[in-house]
Amino acid sequence: MRDLVIIGGGPAGMSAAIAAYESGIRDILILERDAQLGGILQQCIHNGFGLHNFGEELTGPEYAWKYEKQVRQLGIERKLNTMVLDLTEDKVITATNSEEGIFQIQAKAVILAMGCRERSKGALNIAGSRPAGIFSAGTAQKFINMKGYLPGKNVVILGSGDIGLIMARRMTLEGAKVHAVCELMPYSGGLARNIAQCLDDFGIELKLSHTVVEIHGKDRVEGVTIAKVDENRKPIAATREYIPCDTLLLSVGLIPENELSKAANVNLCRTTNGAVVDQDRQTSVPGIFACGNVLHVHDLVDFVSQEAEIAGKAAAEYVNQVQEASANIPLTTDGKIRYTVPQVITKKKDVTVYFRVGDIYKNVKINVFDGEKLVLSRKRPKVAPGEMESITIKAEQLEAATQLHFALEVM
Amino acid sequence: MERKLTCIICPLGCDLTVKLENNTVLEVSGFTCPRGKAYAETECTNPLRTVTSTVRCSDGSLVSVKTDKPIPKEKMAQCMARINQAVATLPIAIGDVILEDVFGSRIVATQNNTGNA
Repeated sequence: MRDLVIIGGGPAGMSAAIAAYESGIRDILILERDAQLGGILQQCIHNGFGLHNFGEELTGPEYAWKYEKQVRQLGIERKLNTMVLDLTEDKVITATNSEEGIFQIQAKAVILAMGCRERSKGALNIAGSRPAGIFSAGTAQKFINMKGYLPGKNVVILGSGDIGLIMARRMTLEGAKVHAVCELMPYSGGLARNIAQCLDDFGIELKLSHTVVEIHGKDRVEGVTIAKVDENRKPIAATREYIPCDTLLLSVGLIPENELSKAANVNLCRTTNGAVVDQDRQTSVPGIFACGNVLHVHDLVDFVSQEAEIAGKAAAEYVNQVQEASANIPLTTDGKIRYTVPQVITKKKDVTVYFRVGDIYKNVKINVFDGEKLVLSRKRPKVAPGEMESITIKAEQLEAATQLHFALEVM
Repeated sequence: MERKLTCIICPLGCDLTVKLENNTVLEVSGFTCPRGKAYAETECTNPLRTVTSTVRCSDGSLVSVKTDKPIPKEKMAQCMARINQAVATLPIAIGDVILEDVFGSRIVATQNNTGNA
């Protein structure tokens, strides 16, 4: 029997482990499928991490090392090269590695910190055959930054999420020509700073409201046909344009990796594709917690670490059977606000609620209602789908609450 | 003259407006922190960028690196050429200097590489 097992040794898993240790439990085990801790940060060699948590601009590996150092210093146990195969509602973990074969661990508490994966070409319905030269942006990133292979020389990128923008710069610096970044939506899903420093700096064109409609080539990509899309995101035939290229990178979204959560009968949220959680990041299965990109996709790792601290602390309290008065306040949204995390509040203490909007809005109020009653309202000059927002609700504001509805009002 | 910039200092990405005359910054607006104001000023007079990349190690593996200070933006390609010629001797600890004096900056490791992986 283990007190706490953490599945995944990326930024979420490490931060959760440290927080659990600091909350007083010692019997903690991190299971990591890769040969090292750090998760996706190890291939994110660009800078820009850690401004919130450390007040400095770190690269991904440097940010990961800050946490790995602590994990090592605290002597928190971890098993690398270890793949978790199954998790049950009773918190029995089945895992495998080359030294121990297949083994089982009974845990008192489990933290899900498996991260997310990239949406693939199969999800996009692009016409054409299946030539070599089509990569997800993260795969190309791994090839270049960890293996030292440049996967192509003439590149078109579909999707303007941050990974796509970062890869446009990275491939350009390594000598490739990035011909265009196409974005289906009329706005970019990436941070404004990345459009400036990854595209504008290198004269790479961002084609908003454009998509790839056809991939040409049999053995290797020879080119792509792009087209502008109308307001219903349907391609306009008259705007078709052929771009010769040998590589197509896809940066078209991330999906939380919740196969284990499903196996453990954890309730999932249809908007986030992650677990439904309370303010402690506890899922519908008592003693199973979730944090980081497996819960909902974050744009900043700093927020992942903060969220994981909440989960780590709460998991330690669960192991130590700390009792607190409970409540059941569901959080709902108006659709303009797509989702909140947490989705339910079960303890009447100060809670920071994170949320994302579905479109770009300027000069808005975020109103939180309990029935007809306005509980609080916060102004924002600008909100965008690519940027996670948060609002803190005070314990006293929760006192009489039975449910909370989040609504966006354009002023 | 007026220049519109997106601040790249932090994820907020503030929209900055800079009033210029003969390459002298007269006024900056739109920033939310002093670092943003400073960015607007250098961006209009001597734009700087941090470069991150990888260096080949003696055993053929890679180690990630960065310029420990931002370098002039127009020197990025030359900086990459220097980085791509370098070979780092193992083992490498985070913070180790791989190259000295690359356009006023040093190239430092941002990863550990023990050579045992």
